[in-house]
Amino acid sequence: MALRATYREAAGVTVVDIGGRITLGEGSALLRKTIRELLEDQRTMILLNLADVDYIDSSGIGELVSAYTGVKNRGGSLKLLQLTKKVHDLLQLTKLFTVFEVYSDENTALRSYR
Amino acid sequence: MTQDSKHLEVTLETQVESVNLAEEMCLRVAEAAGFGEDDCYRIGMSVREGVINAFHYGNEERPEKKIHLALDLTPEKMIIHVLDEGKGFDLSRVPDPLAEENLLSTSGRGIFLMRAFMDEFQVIPGRTGGAEIVMSKKLPSPGSPGMNGTSQDAARKKES
Repeated sequence: MALRATYREAAGVTVVDIGGRITLGEGSALLRKTIRELLEDQRTMILLNLADVDYIDSSGIGELVSAYTGVKNRGGSLKLLQLTKKVHDLLQLTKLFTVFEVYSDENTALRSYR
Repeated sequence: MTQDSKHLEVTLETQVESVNLAEEMCLRVAEAAGFGEDDCYRIGMSVREGVINAFHYGNEERPEKKIHLALDLTPEKMIIHVLDEGKGFDLSRVPDPLAEENLLSTSGRGIFLMRAFMDEFQVIPGRTGGAEIVMSKKLPSPGSPGMNGTSQDAARKKES
């Protein structure tokens, strides 16, 4: 399934709802484009809602890390929301759970930016 | 190869689409061989990573080069070969993606994932002069949890 990404504002945070597969090619490219657009628009408080992302490969992981460091370098913060089991296990396996702030509840995640 | 073994071989173009094609092909074979959902996911991911490695690092995304994918299904295991037409590489020189200084690297996790998800993994010099990844997964025994079902997760396996 191709990746899709839409974003909305909530409590001063841009929530990006992502669905599909973040993999080499179009999936990774769309995530990169979305983050670039947000940063160009001075939106640096970003919450990636991965509830509908059922698959990420190493390219997708690289893109998530790139998004994290890109936002951080602009003085912002990128956090993750609602990981599926596969994505959760993959982040745990690659030790990226120690890098990303991960939330299961959107309101709790939004409050963490204050 | 014994009479009970099956062999499948395909030559792929050095392009992004080959990654999905290889994954789909191997998933069909894995499902038909009786692997459960979790193992199919791990096999599919490993094939993706092997072909991405060949596409990007081995063949350096050069379209005139090919990626050679082969599957052997024996009574004991499924063996996957991914051969590129690059210059080969030394596995011992691949950086550890779990090292503190590499955690924020945007690449370099493919080999790690293949090692974590498959039972056996090695890189040998290929007949093309490039690198040949050889990895395998034991077939589930009839009635085992891995037989078209789930089995323990890879993270637990890696930590044990």
